[in-house]
Amino acid sequence: MADLDFFRMTDICKDYLMGEEVAHILKHVSLTVDEGEYLSVLGPSGSGKSTLMNIIGCLDVPTSGTYVLHGKAVEDLTPAEQAELRSLEIGFIFQNSQLLPRLTALKNVELPLIYAGVRPKERHERASAMLDRVGLSDRMHHLPNQLSGGQQQRVAIARALVGNPSLLLADEPTGALDQKTGKQIMELFQAINDEGKTILMITHDMHIAEHAHRIVHIIDGELSEGGSTEDA
Amino acid sequence: MLKKIRGTFIMIHECIVMSVSNIFGNKVRSFLTVLGIMIGVTAVIALITTVSGVSNSISSSFSSLGAGTISVSVSGSDLKDGMSKDDLNELALLDEVDGITPTVSLRAQITRGGKTQSNVTVSGKNAYYFHLNEDIVTHGRALNFIDDDNSSFVCLISDEMVSTFFYATNPIGETIYISGVPFTVVGRYEEDSSSGIASIFSGTSNIFIPYTTALKMNNANSVTSFTVYLAEGVESEDASSALETAMDAMFSYEEDTFTITTMSSIEETMESMMSMMAALLAGIASIALIVGGIGIMNMMLTTVTERTVEIGLKKALGAMPWQIQIQFLIESFMLSLIGGITGVLLGLLLSLIMSEVIGSTFVISVSAIVLGVGFSAAVGILFGWAPARKASRLNPIDALRSM
Repeated sequence: MADLDFFRMTDICKDYLMGEEVAHILKHVSLTVDEGEYLSVLGPSGSGKSTLMNIIGCLDVPTSGTYVLHGKAVEDLTPAEQAELRSLEIGFIFQNSQLLPRLTALKNVELPLIYAGVRPKERHERASAMLDRVGLSDRMHHLPNQLSGGQQQRVAIARALVGNPSLLLADEPTGALDQKTGKQIMELFQAINDEGKTILMITHDMHIAEHAHRIVHIIDGELSEGGSTEDA
Repeated sequence: MLKKIRGTFIMIHECIVMSVSNIFGNKVRSFLTVLGIMIGVTAVIALITTVSGVSNSISSSFSSLGAGTISVSVSGSDLKDGMSKDDLNELALLDEVDGITPTVSLRAQITRGGKTQSNVTVSGKNAYYFHLNEDIVTHGRALNFIDDDNSSFVCLISDEMVSTFFYATNPIGETIYISGVPFTVVGRYEEDSSSGIASIFSGTSNIFIPYTTALKMNNANSVTSFTVYLAEGVESEDASSALETAMDAMFSYEEDTFTITTMSSIEETMESMMSMMAALLAGIASIALIVGGIGIMNMMLTTVTERTVEIGLKKALGAMPWQIQIQFLIESFMLSLIGGITGVLLGLLLSLIMSEVIGSTFVISVSAIVLGVGFSAAVGILFGWAPARKASRLNPIDALRSM
């Protein structure tokens, strides 16, 4: 029996006003994720998957429906509380790694801990441990432009994990990488999931989505279960 | 709670580090932005410091010139057009008064032998004047009470007159003609070399004669202007009220017959004029500060737009709106503070140079420094507020999408 309050979306709708017309980006989406799951949301561009990710990541609020993350109803939270929830529960990984160019790899990884108010010494220890975990212990003091695309994405993964979030949220994590590097990142994701971390990955690439243990499809704002990849 | 406060401090410390790295990561732009504030603060500091230095010099020369003196000018009434010798002697006997020097002067033609010099200033002095200025008589004797009482035709002449009329001869005992009247030279004096600002008020003259004699030469029988020297330890206010009482009686309590001016009142007027001027100049200079503030605001708005991705990312990583706002506020605060501090240093340097050039005293005005730094910091916060607020309200999604 899964813990229903870990991640539960019920009847989520998201409308945008496009000029005069209302565009229904998400249509009655319901999704439940168990702790420790490795799930991918597969859909073509324009299907509403970015919007879904933003709602999951507490960066946006749904027009209607309820979303509970770790026992908290997100729509009831103030922007500051949402920020706190992001800080504690969610680790983001973006397509273009999104490292701050003027900060070293180590400082980039420390960033979420700064906003969480962690002491410098502890911050340093946790960030270097996490860089070590993604295999970059020898690149800690490099600036992003001194790192390869794969290395940058590893720094981004370390940054997403450093706050020990309950959910790792990845938006096209291999989109900007070549196949070989992408495969390495997927191996890293698998290892992270093996350690018990919940991963939710959003992608348009079937080959990437197949690395997850469960796939849901999103087309035109509607979600459908694609079943477990192990069954396929 | 404690943890939250500690977290805030950690955050603010990191914000300062990050904003410094941002400011120095973009040196040229930061410099240009700061320039406006810098010029404004430099101008304010330089003006205030220079003006207060000048007013300090003026008031110190004033007090050296006029400490313990009161000047009186008499317009007189129909019955009595000025102060007689007896009136002056009566005032001199007041407890508050040490002595009185009347001011009587005339311009005259001086002749001796074949030589003539016209338009020479001849000053009427009394014995008390020479009591005050013993040192100036270099040869012969000073004028005394007997000369005053008898209106004697005796004179002291300056070294300049000696070289004009008595080249290589001893002038003492000789006769010179002032407007055709023969005077016996009884002494010579050295002109006060410590002229400076004081000479503007006292003027220079080449011949001293008894003031009673000078009155006669002017066909006058009363003095209309004189300086009162106060007895030691007497406040000028007390002395001036004593003088007023005495003189009111002399002029039968008629209105508007005389004016008493204390040096401290002149000094006060000067000082208030100076500070008004300083305030005016500083007001003009602070326009530059406001323009500088607008420059900072412009730069911060540009920065916010440029760094939307960074802001969105930080928000995604858990930064709260106020944390974003404070980061940008700190950045604009730091920018204008850098401008303010360099402005203060430049302003002080400039006013040091100015004081050397003008020859006034260089006084570091703490209030001007506090004003300069405080004002620039306030400008930073004030003009950084709107951009920082804009940044804190950015939607993280829009921010990240704009990449």
